[in-house]
Amino acid sequence: MNRHSYLLPWFVAAAVVLVLPYVFTSGAALTMMSLMGFAIIFALSFNMLLGQTGMLSFGHAVYYGLGGFMTAHALNVIAAGKWPIPLPVLPLVGGLTGLSFAILFGWVSTKRAGTAFSMISLGIGELVAACSLILRGFFGGEGGVSTSRTETLRLFGISFGPQIQVYYLIAAWCLLCMVAMYAFTRTPLGRMCNAVRDNPERAEFVGYSTQMVRFIAFCVAGFFAGVAGGLAAIHYEIVTASVVGAVPSGYVLLMAYIGGVAFFIGPIIGAVLMTLLQISLSDYTGAWQLYVGVMFVLVVMYAPWGLGGLVLMHGPLLSAGTFRRVLPAYALVALPSAMLFVGGVLLVETSHHLLVKATEGPAMQLLGVDYAANSPLVWIAIVVLLVVGGVLLKRLAPRVSEAFHAARQDALSKRIAA
Amino acid sequence: MSHPNGPSALQLIDVHKRFGVTPIIRGLNLDVKQGERHAIIGPNGAGKSTTFHLVSGRFPVTSGQVLLKGESINGLPPYLINRRGMSRSFQVTNIFPRLSVFENIRCGVLWSLGYKYSFWHLIERSRDARERSEAILEQINLTARRDVPAGVLSYAEQRALEIGITIAGGADVIMLDEPTAGMSRSETEHAVGLIRKVSEGKTLVIVEHDMSVVFDLADRISVLVYGQVIATDTPQRIRANAAVQEAYLGTPAAEADHA
Repeated sequence: MNRHSYLLPWFVAAAVVLVLPYVFTSGAALTMMSLMGFAIIFALSFNMLLGQTGMLSFGHAVYYGLGGFMTAHALNVIAAGKWPIPLPVLPLVGGLTGLSFAILFGWVSTKRAGTAFSMISLGIGELVAACSLILRGFFGGEGGVSTSRTETLRLFGISFGPQIQVYYLIAAWCLLCMVAMYAFTRTPLGRMCNAVRDNPERAEFVGYSTQMVRFIAFCVAGFFAGVAGGLAAIHYEIVTASVVGAVPSGYVLLMAYIGGVAFFIGPIIGAVLMTLLQISLSDYTGAWQLYVGVMFVLVVMYAPWGLGGLVLMHGPLLSAGTFRRVLPAYALVALPSAMLFVGGVLLVETSHHLLVKATEGPAMQLLGVDYAANSPLVWIAIVVLLVVGGVLLKRLAPRVSEAFHAARQDALSKRIAA
Repeated sequence: MSHPNGPSALQLIDVHKRFGVTPIIRGLNLDVKQGERHAIIGPNGAGKSTTFHLVSGRFPVTSGQVLLKGESINGLPPYLINRRGMSRSFQVTNIFPRLSVFENIRCGVLWSLGYKYSFWHLIERSRDARERSEAILEQINLTARRDVPAGVLSYAEQRALEIGITIAGGADVIMLDEPTAGMSRSETEHAVGLIRKVSEGKTLVIVEHDMSVVFDLADRISVLVYGQVIATDTPQRIRANAAVQEAYLGTPAAEADHA
């Protein structure tokens, strides 16, 4: 380990980002990876509030959306006036917009913490969503604001027409923002954000105004949300009023929480996974949002540290070499888990077919298997899978936690011995 | 040693505090001299902790004056009072449970080193903050627990950390609210040694129920009864004071022997 070893993960991330388009070459994959790029920035900016400062915002999309609108307007103004401004700096317009509105709304909302802060953020979110229907000039009404990313000053002959060029623009901004947001957590203010999250009262008695800490964190989070919104505007070349509403505000909460708010990497995992699910799952099933909802509930109930937390808690086991001792227990629950999963999917898809696609008749197909949705056999199978899988899992789950705790204990004592 | 004519570190002049219509502090006068170790004793409900809350800015006073080093701190929020050189601990342990022991101390250090709300310094490169925090860890004997989350420390360790956070910012007026509450005999002795060490050359105000700790540490003692100071004097004279014995010490001979 030398003193620059902390840079290694970032070089790996940069290499991954560079190589990805050569691994996943299809247009759909390129689009999806672009979406992931600004979803990551958005989710990380949200987690500056929730995971780091302990502020649950229900209106974070306000800064994302307004950043997007302003970027789209700026693009149009630049194109009309032929201003010599290249596209890659445009996300800054989004960021500064997010920052400005965060200063404005944050000044009010960060006077309170906890539930009061959450309620104010919800109110501001509704307020801006309502404005989007009234101020048609800025928000573009039902049709939104269209723009074109190719009309700006070209540098080195890059037009940003092809998706691959947009991908690299988003990827570069994503990397930059990730580094900046990680660095923020390693500053005096970033550390005090954690202190305010853990114990706001004590923070006041070591010289820090908790309101000021919350306010600055809110502004910085607003800036990065605005950058994400700006990149989204460049990617889609259209911004509609729905981006400032409650749905994206809830969506970013899901991303951060499912990934894990206690770790820097958590929201990145959440953003990648949720984007993947949203795009690919929606191709297969009309009930994809139900799966996302069920996953969220399961994470809240059984993995409050998120999927990132589930992965990271195996770190000490891997480094101490006790990981393989939990594998038998995991293998044991693999079958009942699979039964529950298949039973659950069957239940959702068959019900979805019967209820939503009733006009198409009972014949349906799931993962290449043809069957009739109203056949009693199918429903018996669903009940058997769910009941047997559920009972088995309930019986066997304690063994998993026993095996895990034993392995962790061993890992700890090994570390102390070393 | 007392400093009867020295400059005041902390003065409370005719301070009143009411919660609703209930008076808790009723015309309290207190004068803590710079450099002395001053204990506040009194029966339960006398208003000792409330006095701490009033001085540290957690509650505003209803009327009266609170002066820190001769300047009024009436109505200031806790963080501004802390920046003027006053730091307090809490009766119920009040730490940052998910942060490491080292980080708990560092949170107490940052403002006093001028980092303020900086997001343009990297914390790992802030050598002064690290060295100061490590020196304090050494002082409070928690160096071995440096990287442990503060929430998993033992009770006595958390109490030591509580004192560590309080002194971390280098405040010259230190207020400790029952620092040895709930400790065993040997833990208490250890804590008294620690308090003596960290309050060297500073002003210490301490609320304490353990009379042996009070008579061991304090240069002067103030007795608080029903929201008023009924006596301020040296330990010997407080022990001999008839009014104090009647109001608080109860069976003075037994307590005095114990001390």
